[in-house]
Amino acid sequence: MTTADLTGEARSLPLQRLRLPRYAALMVAVAAVVVATLTGLLLGWGPVPTVIVAVVLADIALPLWSRLVEGRRPAVDRLITALVWTALACALTPLAWLLITTLDSGIPAVSGHFLTHNMVQQLDPVTFKTMPGSGVVHALLGTLLVTFGAAVISVPVGLMTSVYLVEYGRGRWIARVITLLVDVMTGIPSIVAGLFALALFNVFFGVGTRMGIMGSIALSLLMIPTVVRSAEEMMRLVPNDLREASYALGVPKWRTILKVVLPTSIGGIVTGVMLAISRVIGETAPLLVAVGSIDVTNTNLFSGRMQTLPVFIMTEYKTSTPEGYRLAWGGALLLIVIVMVLNLAARIIGKIFAPSAKR
Amino acid sequence: MSITTKPESAERQDVAGPPAVGRLGDRLFSASALTAGVIIMVTLGAVFVFLAVEGIDGFHADRSVFEPAAGNFWAYAGKLLFGTTLAAVLAMIIAVPFAIGLALFISHYAPRRLAVPVAYLIDLLAAVPSVVYGLWGARTLASAAQPIQTWLGEHLGWFPLFSGQVSATGRTMLVAAVVLAIMIVPITTAICREVFQQTPRLLEEAALGLGATRWEMIRMAVFPHARSGMVAGVMLGLGRALGETMAVAMVLSASPLVTLKVLTSDNPATIASNIAANYNSEDNRIQTVLIATGLVLFVFTFLVNFAARLIVARAERKLA
Repeated sequence: MTTADLTGEARSLPLQRLRLPRYAALMVAVAAVVVATLTGLLLGWGPVPTVIVAVVLADIALPLWSRLVEGRRPAVDRLITALVWTALACALTPLAWLLITTLDSGIPAVSGHFLTHNMVQQLDPVTFKTMPGSGVVHALLGTLLVTFGAAVISVPVGLMTSVYLVEYGRGRWIARVITLLVDVMTGIPSIVAGLFALALFNVFFGVGTRMGIMGSIALSLLMIPTVVRSAEEMMRLVPNDLREASYALGVPKWRTILKVVLPTSIGGIVTGVMLAISRVIGETAPLLVAVGSIDVTNTNLFSGRMQTLPVFIMTEYKTSTPEGYRLAWGGALLLIVIVMVLNLAARIIGKIFAPSAKR
Repeated sequence: MSITTKPESAERQDVAGPPAVGRLGDRLFSASALTAGVIIMVTLGAVFVFLAVEGIDGFHADRSVFEPAAGNFWAYAGKLLFGTTLAAVLAMIIAVPFAIGLALFISHYAPRRLAVPVAYLIDLLAAVPSVVYGLWGARTLASAAQPIQTWLGEHLGWFPLFSGQVSATGRTMLVAAVVLAIMIVPITTAICREVFQQTPRLLEEAALGLGATRWEMIRMAVFPHARSGMVAGVMLGLGRALGETMAVAMVLSASPLVTLKVLTSDNPATIASNIAANYNSEDNRIQTVLIATGLVLFVFTFLVNFAARLIVARAERKLA
C-alpha cells in the first residue's frame, strides 16, 4: 500500500516544468486567424483590418497562454519571439506591396512604342495631330551613359585606392586618413553630391551649365566609397601565402598585385562594382540638380541636358496627369527591373568566382 | 560594408615584399595607387570648398529671397533644418524597433533555411531606387493610409503630433516618415545583424547553460556586446534619413515652416526636398541660397556621422 502511494507521489512530482505543446505557436496563429476572420465577417471589416487584428490577437494570446502554463520568463521569451516574427512580416509587407503595385501599374505602360520613342512632340501619321512621343528611350540611354561615365571614373580610382590601402599604405598615417575620408564619403547626402557637381561646373564653365558628365561626377562621388570598401575587403581576403610565394620567385611587387592579388579577388571585386552600380543607377536627386531633364534624345555626355530614368519618373510624376502617372509607373518598372537584374547578376558572378575551399 | 572597426589584424604578419624602389614598374604602380588615394582626399576637400565658394553669397542674400518663409538665411536654414530633423527622427522612431527585430530574426531567431533568403530580401529593400519609393509613397501609400490618419486624428487628436486638420490627400509628414523608415531599415538591419552575429558563441552558450531563455540570453549576452555597433547602425540610418531627398520631395508639398503636426497638409520642408523643389528657379540668388543650405546639410550629416564613429571608438576602448 505504501509502495503504491510512493509511486503515485513520484509520478506526480514534476521533473520538468510544464511546457506548451510543440506546435503551440502554429495553433495560436491558426486560432487567431479564424477568430479574426469570423469577427471580421460579422462586423464587415475589410481584409487589412482583419489581418492586423489576427496578428495582434496572436501576439497577445501566445504569451498569455504561456504565462498561465509555463510562467513569467518563458512568457516574455514567447512574446519577444512573436514580436520578432511580426517585425519580419511588417518589413516584408511594403516590399511585396511596392513590387506588386509597380508591376500592376507599370506593365500596361511598357510597350514597344514606350521603349523606342522619346518625349518629343511628333506628328501622328494617321490623325495628323502632334502628340508627345510618350516613350522612354532617351531616358534609358541617358541613364546608361551617365552611369557608365560614373563607373569609368570610380572603378579605377576606387580600385587603385584599395590597392594602396591594402598593399602599400598599411600603417601609414595617409592610409588612415584615406580610410576615414572614405567613411565620411559614405555619408554624403546624394543631393549634396549633385550640388557639388553644379558648383564645380558653375565655377569653370559659367552659371547654368548642364552636362551629362556632371551627373557622372556626382554619381562617382557616391560610388567610389562603395567600390573602395568592397575591393579593400576582397583584397584583404587574399592569403599572404600567395603573395609570399610570388615574391619568393622574384616577381616584383606590382606584378604580384596585377597577376596574383587582383585575379584572386576579381570575383568579389566585380560583385562589389556591380552592386555599387545598381546602387547609383537609381539615384535621382544628384541627376535632377546636375543634369536636368529634357525631352529629346541626347547621347553626348559633354553637351547639354540629358534625360535619365529616375528624373524621367520624377518629371512625369510632377505633371500630375493620368498619362504622366502611367509613364512614371512604366519608368519605375523599367528601373526596378534594371536594378534587380544588376543585383542578381552581381550575386551570380560572386557565386561563380567565389574561391573554392579546396585548391 | 563593415562598420565595426575590427582590430587591426595583429596576428597577421605584414608582408612587405621586395622594396618598392628601383624598378620603374613598381614606382609607377605605387605612385598611381597613392594618387588615387590623394584624389579622394582632394575631392572631399573640393566638395566643401566649391559649395562654400558658390554658396557664400547665399549666407547674406537679400531679404526678398527668403520671404515669406523667413527674414534671413539663418532663420530660413533653421526652419529647413527643423523639417529635416523632424522627418529623420520620426523615421528613426518607426524604423529602429523593426530593424533590431529583423536583425535578431536573421541572427538568432530564423530557422537556418530562412535566414539567408530573408537577409537577401531585406537587401532588396535597399536596392529599390528612392524615386520609386517616392512614387509609391505618394500615389499608393498616401491614399491607402488616409483612413488610418483620419482615425488617428479623431481618436488621438489630443496628442500634439496628431492634432490639427487631417489632410484629405493623405500626403503628410507621417507618410513621408514611414517611407523614409522603410528606406533606412535595411542599412540599420545590416549593421545590427553583423554585430549580433559577432557575439562570442561561448557567451551565448554560457547564458543558455545557466538556464536563461533565448530572450534573456539576448538581453544579457548579445545586446551588451553589440551596443556600440547598434548605436553606429542607428546613427548611420539617421545620416541616411537626413540626406534623403526624393521620398520627402515627392510625398509632401512642403514649405519651410516649423510645426509638429504631422497629419495636416501644411508640412515642413527638409533641406534636401527644398533643393529638389526649387533647383530649377530662374533666380540665380535662389540657386546660391540652395547651395548654401546644401553646405549646411553637408556639415550637419558630417557631424552626425562623426559622432557615430566617436561613440563606436569610445565603446571599443571601454570593452578593451
